[in-house]
Amino acid sequence: MIAELGQYALILALALALIQSWSPVMGARKGDMALMKLADSTALAQFAFVALAFGALTFCYVTSDFSVANVFENSHSQMPLIYKFTSVWGNHEGSMLLWVLILAIFGALVAVFGVNLPGSLKANVLAVQSWIASAFYLFILFTSNPFRRLAEVPVEGRDLNPILQDFGLAVHPPMLYLGYVGFSIAFSFAVAALIEGRIDAAWARWVRPWTLLAWMCLTLGIAMGSYWAYYELGWGGFWFWDPVENASLMPWLAGTALLHSAVVMEKRNSLKVWTILLAILTFSLSLIGTFLVRSGVLTSVHTFSNDPARGLFILIILIVFIGGSLSLFAWRAPLLKQGGLFAPISREAALVFNNLFLATACATVFVGTLYPLVLEMLTGDKISVGAPFFNLTFGPLFVPLLVAVPFGPLLAWKRGDLYGVAQRLLAACAIAMVGLAATFAFEGTKAVFAPFGIGLALFVMAGAVTDIAERLDLRSMSLEIIGRRAAGLPRSAWGTAVAHFALGITLLGLVFATNWGSERIIALKPTQTVSISGYDLTFDGMTSRNGSNYRETAARFTVRKGGAVIGVMEPSKRVFPSRDGMSTTEAALLTRGVSQLYLSLGDSNADGSIALRLYHKPLVLLIWLGALVMALGGALSLSDRRLRIGAPKPASRMLAQPAE
Amino acid sequence: MVWSVRFLLVILALLGATPLHAVQVDEILPDPALESRARDISGELRCMVCQNQSIDDSEAPLARDLRLLVRERLKAGDSDTQVVDFMVARYGEFVLLKPRVNWHTAILWAAPLTILFIGLFAIGFSVLRRSAGTPLPEVAQLSEGERRKLNAIQRSQPDEA
Repeated sequence: MIAELGQYALILALALALIQSWSPVMGARKGDMALMKLADSTALAQFAFVALAFGALTFCYVTSDFSVANVFENSHSQMPLIYKFTSVWGNHEGSMLLWVLILAIFGALVAVFGVNLPGSLKANVLAVQSWIASAFYLFILFTSNPFRRLAEVPVEGRDLNPILQDFGLAVHPPMLYLGYVGFSIAFSFAVAALIEGRIDAAWARWVRPWTLLAWMCLTLGIAMGSYWAYYELGWGGFWFWDPVENASLMPWLAGTALLHSAVVMEKRNSLKVWTILLAILTFSLSLIGTFLVRSGVLTSVHTFSNDPARGLFILIILIVFIGGSLSLFAWRAPLLKQGGLFAPISREAALVFNNLFLATACATVFVGTLYPLVLEMLTGDKISVGAPFFNLTFGPLFVPLLVAVPFGPLLAWKRGDLYGVAQRLLAACAIAMVGLAATFAFEGTKAVFAPFGIGLALFVMAGAVTDIAERLDLRSMSLEIIGRRAAGLPRSAWGTAVAHFALGITLLGLVFATNWGSERIIALKPTQTVSISGYDLTFDGMTSRNGSNYRETAARFTVRKGGAVIGVMEPSKRVFPSRDGMSTTEAALLTRGVSQLYLSLGDSNADGSIALRLYHKPLVLLIWLGALVMALGGALSLSDRRLRIGAPKPASRMLAQPAE
Repeated sequence: MVWSVRFLLVILALLGATPLHAVQVDEILPDPALESRARDISGELRCMVCQNQSIDDSEAPLARDLRLLVRERLKAGDSDTQVVDFMVARYGEFVLLKPRVNWHTAILWAAPLTILFIGLFAIGFSVLRRSAGTPLPEVAQLSEGERRKLNAIQRSQPDEA
């Protein structure tokens, strides 16, 4: 009953989406306010119905209704409640439902908060949103229906894949989807602008908060996925250049470029055509990311044909949306007038530089990810493109970008003074040089790239501090005035500095963890001790215990440093009887500051010893901490009064205008 | 994000293969220099039954066989290149995570720099085209009537951002 209700709700949402697909467009053409306004109501109603459908599926999961095929395949009555919730999106059908739910939320948000948008623009944006929604509803209803019933009701479910029974992974897909789907707003605005054939600086101001929000969620989602891989996969790596990871990295790179080019468009009315193109590309990459992961085409060309209906549907959606929007772009973009000239040395030029390298890095990942696929289809040759390729190509593209980061915010709009900026960055430069020299002095030539990595990270961080210090003019003022200035500084300026600073944090973590980590692979008997980087771990013994839906064997280790006990580590292995005895390894982590000890279990041997992998990862947490701070920078920028959703007060508007 | 890596492991587990650890204790060579070379080589070789994992990272039994093979060749006195050549001869180019530069991979390897130069060229072209043409007029001045109209609109709609 509940499952059928969910399905009906989804069908109704489709009907509403179809209405919303054309009525606002017609309204905008004829200048019919009533038709345009219809989109507001349908967007809200769509959200209500999709939420109902999602709630219905969640209900089926929580009550372990195994007559629903999707629940039977991905849940178990003994599973902890939280994972019953999260298994809703731990599978293909459910995750697609989550996708449309988030799309509907964003659509409703535009309808509610877009009060200050010009009527026709808002109507067109909501219509484009609805085109996307319709395609996805159809995809779900025809090829991936989560509400399908089983003729014979099984007694017990087949359980969620044990690897997905983890909190980190429970939150990861929603964050990622918030990012992917959030970029659909930028896409809809871009397509709407092309339909209207008109675009101005205000357009960028409307689009930027949505893009910022999506970018923040994507940043957090990627970081969370990376941390999950680090602790769950058991060998301590944090980025594998896996096609699935690349699929989320590409929209992030394009989205980062979009954030920066939208600034130019908003402030200087320049780079319009490029910004529109980026908005289209960013969402296209999100679509590709969603679908390539879900269709399994990345694993092998052959899985694509396992489910021809699904594969074909996916291809059609990709072709229609990406091909369609790009054709529209080619047709209408020449109508858009360019404004705002700038000199080769200026803030605008620095942002163009940023876009050039981000776009190239993104394209490199794109080519590297899809090349083996295309080559195999065209010639039948099988090649692999893995981490060594990306490290060799992607890395060098990011170096000039990072070098340029401190310069950008210090350059003036229109015509900048590179020499003057370099002088203001002297202190940052000196800090970087000291870091570089110190690393060389300690390490010699053992790790060639590490000193430069550290120098670069320090330069980026010191550069961000310089930016803020310059704006506050620290030299001549009293503390009180500086405080007042800091409070008066636009939040977006703080956001920029914080996010740029965070880049340095992440880089520092990467350099330390990859260059100075240590590893021990060893078999140990109880009471024996292993040492790593000054820590001594004593193996106390093994224990067995039962979890809710698994059996666990844990090894207990006492960790000492200089003879004093500093903690206990309990890595374990879990066996899931409901999944044919499938097992997972749960690594134990001991955090010291931002460094970590990482211990994971191998097999037990006949002589009573157990195989271990032990790592010391110095400063490794900085990698994800950097991502968190980056998202915080985004949040600061988003809270800027200029971008705040809703209408600013008239008085503050008069003040805010000249301050730019 | 790394779901599919795990899904593959799941498939392996279902096929009855016991999940093993990546490099295991009994594989490690007594000579640290040789072992370190073995690790470096393993990092660049693909575990063919996994999705995009090196044999150094992979838990699959095949990866273990390959790791042992690499170490055997090293013990036999092969150079790094000889070991890699041996693996390619046996398993094809597919085994290399960093594909070799040849006609089949020319586009792949040329892509990053080519795209960068196309981008640079496009930027240069648009700059030239714009500076060659007459400079765009700055925002045209409003007439007195338009200015009055604008003021009236601003007063009546103070909320418009």
